[in-house]
Amino acid sequence: MAKQLANIGFFIGLPAVLLFLWWAATLDGGSFYVPTPSRLGDAFASVWLGDRFVTDLLPSLARLTIGLVLTIVAGILLGFLIGSYSWLRKTLEPLLDFFRAIPPPVLIPVLQLVIGINDQMRIFAIVFGAIWPVLLNTVDGVRSADQVLNETSRTFHLSRWQRIVYFIGPSASPQIMTGVRQSLSIGLILLVISEMFGASDGIGFTVILFQRSFKIPEMWSGILMLGLIGIALSTLTKIVEGRVLRWYHGLKEVQHAS
Amino acid sequence: MSNPLLEVTGLKKVYGTAGASFEAIRQVTFSVDEGQLICVVGPSGAGKTTLLKCIAGLLSITEGSVVLAGKSVTKPPPDLAIVFQEYGRSLFNWMTVRGNVELPLKNKGMTRDERKKLIDDALEAVGLSEARGKYPWQLSGGMQQRVAIARAIAYRPKVLLMDEPFAAVDAQTRADLEDLILNIWKKYGMTILFITHDIDESVYLGQRVVVLSNSPTTVQEDLAIDLPDERDQITTRSSARFNELRNHVWKEIQAAKGRGAGAAPAPPLTG
Repeated sequence: MAKQLANIGFFIGLPAVLLFLWWAATLDGGSFYVPTPSRLGDAFASVWLGDRFVTDLLPSLARLTIGLVLTIVAGILLGFLIGSYSWLRKTLEPLLDFFRAIPPPVLIPVLQLVIGINDQMRIFAIVFGAIWPVLLNTVDGVRSADQVLNETSRTFHLSRWQRIVYFIGPSASPQIMTGVRQSLSIGLILLVISEMFGASDGIGFTVILFQRSFKIPEMWSGILMLGLIGIALSTLTKIVEGRVLRWYHGLKEVQHAS
Repeated sequence: MSNPLLEVTGLKKVYGTAGASFEAIRQVTFSVDEGQLICVVGPSGAGKTTLLKCIAGLLSITEGSVVLAGKSVTKPPPDLAIVFQEYGRSLFNWMTVRGNVELPLKNKGMTRDERKKLIDDALEAVGLSEARGKYPWQLSGGMQQRVAIARAIAYRPKVLLMDEPFAAVDAQTRADLEDLILNIWKKYGMTILFITHDIDESVYLGQRVVVLSNSPTTVQEDLAIDLPDERDQITTRSSARFNELRNHVWKEIQAAKGRGAGAAPAPPLTG
């Protein structure tokens, strides 16, 4: 209980201090570019809890969710496939390295031409940009499955399915989670960028719109919203990780202690 | 039981290809009858693990044959279990003790109750009934190896291969585990092939000790251990016969070291 309170204290401590400093520094009413905390709070409420909740926030969240789910599912499935067959991995490796090296935002103008300016394009941009960490980490995790465990599985005649569910999957899960974490933040970046070009709704679109019409507090409120989505994603990841990787963290703790 | 359960005949294993090859095992022949506990002992680098993996069908054989229960072994046979030296790497750390023991039973076409019976029995035999809900990494090394042994027992293999299973645990734990193996062997009437580099251990456990030469490996000697079946750490190990046998094996290993195939055998054992 005391530990939980301490953790909550750490979580909100620094943000609270910064918020206080910001409040103190803008006691004179703030500047054109830096609104007071309460002015930003008002802007946040009126922008994101009003009409834009339905017209901009929800579409963005839908794109992000679909894009990230596809990213993770496709990344893990392809990763298992590529990691399981060394000939496949060797064939694809140069190609994967090449695609991974392309800064994903540069694809957006291309995708707009090829797919058009629509939701499919935005979702595709998220998947194509964000899939690499989860894909490559899964490949690596699958490949680095332990040799002795592999021999154990063979000796006990585990079926292909059992090997994936009970052996390869869990053994690769720490690395897969590392990949997922990285992919999530890249996905958020791509969502915003894809909404900044030729869009008519979404958080990215809204931020650009307010910036062009010099509604500075409203513009900041979009950035605040993105930050909050980022925190929500990382909290979700931590919860999932706490369940899936409990054994891994316990194992690490024991290894470090000895 | 004169019918050998496991027959290793003229086994040869060469790693690599013609250009860069390494002959690990030159010529190994021995057999294990049903219900026997046979120890294979050899100097380090004698290809003991290679031999075990060939017998288990995990490695292909260059020449010769391995026959288990009348069937030639080319891939892991159905009625064989292995306890590896690296207990930390042979257990599934994301599964509980119970889950580890249960996993190999899942495609044996048993009901949940039948599985439970085997699991409970095996965990009791190794003295881990209380730890069933724990994860392997929460246990000491010796206890982890007990889990691996329980998993092998529950599987009810025709032959149990053990690859230096106690090389990584402390001396006290090792003695306990040796007696555990003897108990299990008697209780389940299992056939056990026990590979070790420890001469005393091989003599203490085995009904026969197969002494390997240095690499490229041959059988230096196949020695019957004529100690009484009832063995215990104090009386057996302090008996005169035990010392004769261990000294003999020790000399054989010395003779085998560094000379490889065709080393001169030690003087014959009297008595």
